[in-house]
Amino acid sequence: MNLDFMLLQTNSLRFAHPGQAPISFPDISLAGGEALLILGQSGSGKTTLLNLLAGLHTPSQGSVVLDGVNLSTLKGHRLDLFRGQHVGIVFQKPHLIAALSVKQNLELAQFFGKKKGLSPTELLQDLGLAAKATAAVGTLSEGEAQRVSIARALVNSPKLILADEPTSSLDDLHAQRVVQLLKAQAAKIGAALVIVTHDQRVKTEVSQVLEVKSA
Amino acid sequence: MNLLTLSWKYLSFRPLSTGLNAILLAFGLAIITVLLLVQHQFEQKMTRDAAGIDLVVGAKGSPLQLILASVYHIDFPTGNIKMEEAQRISRNRLVKQVIPLAMGDNRQGFRIVGTNHDYLSLYEVSFAAGKAWEFPFEVTLGASAAQALGLKLGDSFTGSHGISVGSHDHDQQQFKVTGILAPTGKVVDRLVLTSIESVWYTHEEQGEESVATEEVELPLEEGTSHEEEDHDAHAEALDPLKVPVAAQGFPSTNQEREVTSLLVRYRNPMAAIQLPRMINSATSMQAASPAFEMSRLFELLGVGISLLQGLAIALVVIAGLSIFIALYNSLKERKYDLAILRTLGASRGQLVTLVFLEGISLTTLGALLGIALGHGFLAIVVELTAQEVVNLVDPWVFLPEEGLIFGYALAVGMLASLIPAWSAYQTSIAKQLTKT
Repeated sequence: MNLDFMLLQTNSLRFAHPGQAPISFPDISLAGGEALLILGQSGSGKTTLLNLLAGLHTPSQGSVVLDGVNLSTLKGHRLDLFRGQHVGIVFQKPHLIAALSVKQNLELAQFFGKKKGLSPTELLQDLGLAAKATAAVGTLSEGEAQRVSIARALVNSPKLILADEPTSSLDDLHAQRVVQLLKAQAAKIGAALVIVTHDQRVKTEVSQVLEVKSA
Repeated sequence: MNLLTLSWKYLSFRPLSTGLNAILLAFGLAIITVLLLVQHQFEQKMTRDAAGIDLVVGAKGSPLQLILASVYHIDFPTGNIKMEEAQRISRNRLVKQVIPLAMGDNRQGFRIVGTNHDYLSLYEVSFAAGKAWEFPFEVTLGASAAQALGLKLGDSFTGSHGISVGSHDHDQQQFKVTGILAPTGKVVDRLVLTSIESVWYTHEEQGEESVATEEVELPLEEGTSHEEEDHDAHAEALDPLKVPVAAQGFPSTNQEREVTSLLVRYRNPMAAIQLPRMINSATSMQAASPAFEMSRLFELLGVGISLLQGLAIALVVIAGLSIFIALYNSLKERKYDLAILRTLGASRGQLVTLVFLEGISLTTLGALLGIALGHGFLAIVVELTAQEVVNLVDPWVFLPEEGLIFGYALAVGMLASLIPAWSAYQTSIAKQLTKT
C-alpha cells in the first residue's frame, strides 16, 4: 500500500484498557473523500478505535498517521490543536454548548482550532440551519441539534471526520439524511470520513466496511 | 469568540446562581467600602480640621465635648470662660498664638461663630466673593452654609439663639453677608463666621438689663453686665456698631466679657508638657488636646468597627465558599462540555484559564456591585440624616484603598476556582466522552 496517497493510515494498532485484554485492530487506509463504515457489536472496541484515530487514546502499539503526521509524536497542547484543526468529531448525542447560540458553537470551534476554515454562516445555510443561527441550543429539535453538531465538526474543514453512532437516536428518515449529509460534506472538503456504528440502516449508504471483532 | 466571552456566557447562562453569588459577595464588600470611606474621611477631616491646633482651652467639663464643640463644631460647648483669664493665657511665653471663639447662635442649624481673622488663616481659606468681616454684624459664610442657606453677598438674616435649630430668633439685629468663602473641605464650610463683638452685641440686644454675654445651656456668668453698665470708655460713647472689630487677638473692651473657648498653638514642644497641666490645675478652665481626645474617641468606636469588619469578612468568606460550590457543581454538569472543548482543540491550560476567568469575572462583578452598593448606601444615609456628624462624609469620594477591594475579590475568585480548575485539568476526554 502506498502511504503517500493515503490521508489516513493505521498500522497494527493495539490498545489495552486497564485490566483488560489488549485489542488488536485491522489496519485502515483511507484517501481524501473516501468513507469507511466501522461495524461491530457493543463492547467490541469500535469506540476505542475511534478514540485512537482522534488521538484521544494513545495506542500501546502501532501508529495512526493522518496527513503524514504520526499522532503519537504529538504531545499535550500540540495534539489538542492538531485535533482541533484536522479532526472533526460527531458524537452520538449532539453535545452542543448550551450556553451559546448555534452560530457561537461553530465560532467556538474556530477559536479553539485557531483556524478560519469555512464560514459558519454559509455552512449553516448549506445545512438548512440559517434561520437558527442565533437560536439558543436548547430550542433545537433532536435532528437540528445533530445537524449543528455536524456543522461544528466541519467548520474547521478537517482532514478527517469521525462520527460515533451519529444515527442511533434518529428515526429512519433523519438517519439516512444525516449519513448522506456527512458523506456529501466530507466529499466536498476532501476529508476522509469514518463512521462507527452498529446501525444496520447505515450499511446501505457506505460501501467500504470494516468489521471490528473483540478477540 | 474567546475565553472571556465564553466564561461570561457560562455565567449569564445561570443568572440566578451568578446573581446570588455576586450579591452575596457585594454585601460583604459594601460593608468594607462603607467602613473604609467613613473611617478614612472621618480621620482625614478630623486631622485636617485640627491641624494647627495644639490645645483647646475652655470651661471645665468633658474634654472630648470641648474638642468636639470648639474644633469640629459638633457637640455643645462646655460653657464660657472669662476673657480676662483667656487673655492671661495668650500672654504666656509657651503660647505662640491664641484664637478666641464665641458661640451661642445659629442660622437654621449652621453655627454662628465669633472669632478673629486668625481663624481664617488657620484654615487657609480663600474668598469666593467679598471679604472678611470688619464691623459688628458683618458675617462671612462658609461655602456649604452659603449654599444651604441660599444667601448671597449683601443679604441680611437674623440668628436664632442656641446651637441647634428651634430656639427663638434674635430679631433686633440683622447680620449682613460681606464675604463668602470658597469650599475648603474643612469645618469652616459649615460655619457662619463673624466677629466676637457681633456675638456679644447680639446677646445684649435681647435683654440689656439681664444678660450681656451668655452661653446657650450654661449661662455661667449671668448678670456680668449689670455692674458694667457704667460705660465710661470713649469706645462705648460712640455707637459700638460703627467701630471696626478686632482682626487679631481679643476685642478691646472695658467690660467683663466672656468667650467660649480658645484655640492655642504652642511656641515650642515644652509647652505640650507644661501648658495643659498649668491650665488644668491653676485656673478654673480646662485644656484638652485634639490629637489625644480624637484618638481616645477612635478607640471607643474601634469596638463597633471591629465588629462590622468581622461581619464583612464572614460575608466575604461565605461568598467565596458559595462561589466555589457553584463553580464546582456547574463543572460537574459541564465535564462533557469540557471534553467537547478539548476535542475542538482546547488545551488543558485553556480549560483551567476558563474556570479561573469564570470565578474571577464573578467576583469582579461582585466587587463592582459592592463598591457601588457601599457608596449608594452611604449616599442614602447622608441624604436621610440631618445629623451634621454624618453629613461630614462625602459618599462620592473614591479612595485608592478601594483598589484593595478588587484585590480581595480577585483573591476570593482565585481561591474559589482553585479546586474546580484542578478538576478541569484532570478531566480525561476519552473517558468522559465514552460515558453515556
